[in-house]
Amino acid sequence: MADLLVEFFQWGFGVTLVPWFATLLGIVVGILAIVLPLLLAVAMSVYMDRKVWAGMQLRRGPNVVGPWGLMQSFADGLKLFLKETIIPASANKFVFLLAPALTFLLALVAWAVIPFDAGVVLSNLNVGVLYLFAISSLGVYGIILSGWASNSRYAFLGALRCSAQMVSYEVSIGFVLVTVLMTAGSLNLSDIVMAQKGQWYIFTPLLPMAVVFFISALAETNRPPFDLPEAEAEIVAGYQVEYSSMAFALFFLGEYANIILMCAMVSILFLGGWLPPLDWAPLYIIPGWIWFFGKIFFVFFLFSWVKATVPRYRYDQLMRLGWKVFLPLSLLWVVLTGVFLLLTGKIPV
Amino acid sequence: MSLLKHAARTFLLSDFVKAMWLTFRYMFRPKATINYPYEKGPLSPRFRGEHALRRYPDGEERCIACKLCEAICPAQAITIEAAVAADGSRRTTRYDIDMTKCIYCGYCQEACPVEAIVEGPNFEFATETREELFYNKEKLLKNGEMWEQEIATNLKLDAPYR
Repeated sequence: MADLLVEFFQWGFGVTLVPWFATLLGIVVGILAIVLPLLLAVAMSVYMDRKVWAGMQLRRGPNVVGPWGLMQSFADGLKLFLKETIIPASANKFVFLLAPALTFLLALVAWAVIPFDAGVVLSNLNVGVLYLFAISSLGVYGIILSGWASNSRYAFLGALRCSAQMVSYEVSIGFVLVTVLMTAGSLNLSDIVMAQKGQWYIFTPLLPMAVVFFISALAETNRPPFDLPEAEAEIVAGYQVEYSSMAFALFFLGEYANIILMCAMVSILFLGGWLPPLDWAPLYIIPGWIWFFGKIFFVFFLFSWVKATVPRYRYDQLMRLGWKVFLPLSLLWVVLTGVFLLLTGKIPV
Repeated sequence: MSLLKHAARTFLLSDFVKAMWLTFRYMFRPKATINYPYEKGPLSPRFRGEHALRRYPDGEERCIACKLCEAICPAQAITIEAAVAADGSRRTTRYDIDMTKCIYCGYCQEACPVEAIVEGPNFEFATETREELFYNKEKLLKNGEMWEQEIATNLKLDAPYR
């Protein structure tokens, strides 16, 4: 990227860039190239979510703003932007405003290590999986801080629920990641994808782990049926209850960016990232990023589909599922995978 | 055996799969909702919407200022003042309906001996200010002119059942 920019500036403006500036510029361009389409994808995914949800409830969904209602999210965004940011009198002002910004920032930062195609990645970290895991664990801070800073009972209850839920499901997510990286033999996301060439992990005995990961991802992103932190019926909107205007919009954007991130993770870990389903030459004509976006689209549809189908869990059921079902199951699979790899001598070096 | 069956059902998520298949099929069903501003549901001839004061075909006001509607109105939304007109007949000088008070019970229409005050089929008369909902005689007569055709049809359709 940096070399390209140096060449471009020399060709276009006759200016030679200083190397460090070229590198910096390259990074900024790379970030913009990820974040701007991501924000667009967030807007479109909100629209798709509403449309799928409406469709399954025999409603029409947004269909007035723009063709087929496609501009609905932008209209909503504009509305939120024009509204007044209300800060409760008893809130801790600094933390109250920091929380949504943090949530939004963390949701964006995680995308740095996601490979969109072979070699198309902002930062090809060797510990990409660990980085993602760390960032998604940090995500709970945005919610805890907002719940505490709002100084409202509903918000605090929501934050408590959310933190307990996210911590519980991160455990099983961690073990699922371990099975995948044992099989792939790498923590690098691109290597994990390449290890699935010709055989996605979802078509191997890792399938149950894909299901566990998907369900944990639902819990991790506070999606129905695990949307207890914002349960509208009982605690109005949980940690979001005191937020309005752009602060709320940041939460919303962060939430959906996180959901898309989880969809991307499912695609990378189990659906072979940018790889076609078969290692067959004609399938490679379609560019890798189209395969990748297709998979994200599909997994996001699954997210919406589940939302439209399943009612909300009770909190003890949620905890039971996390600790008494997913944890033993994923732990068992870690052991089984390890034994299998050892016995068949397939441990990747 | 039943334990095994239960375990299999739990771990294969068969209930969830069934439910998801159901919702998936629902997605392709015809929608239950209508595309409201462009598409409207059917209305009964008895529908009680916005009020209107009617005239006879020769343009004479039907209302004879008997004040039965004012008397029967449970919400006391109607205010009428009457006087003797130039031709010696009794006419209203004031006929106000406070639409913010009205409960759309239709008693005024029932009470009216000359079918002057009626509730028409219009239900889309939202306004931006509260004041616009204090209807006066002029507004009500204008409604009558605007909706006469529909109101006449509805009255005719409903007549056999009265």
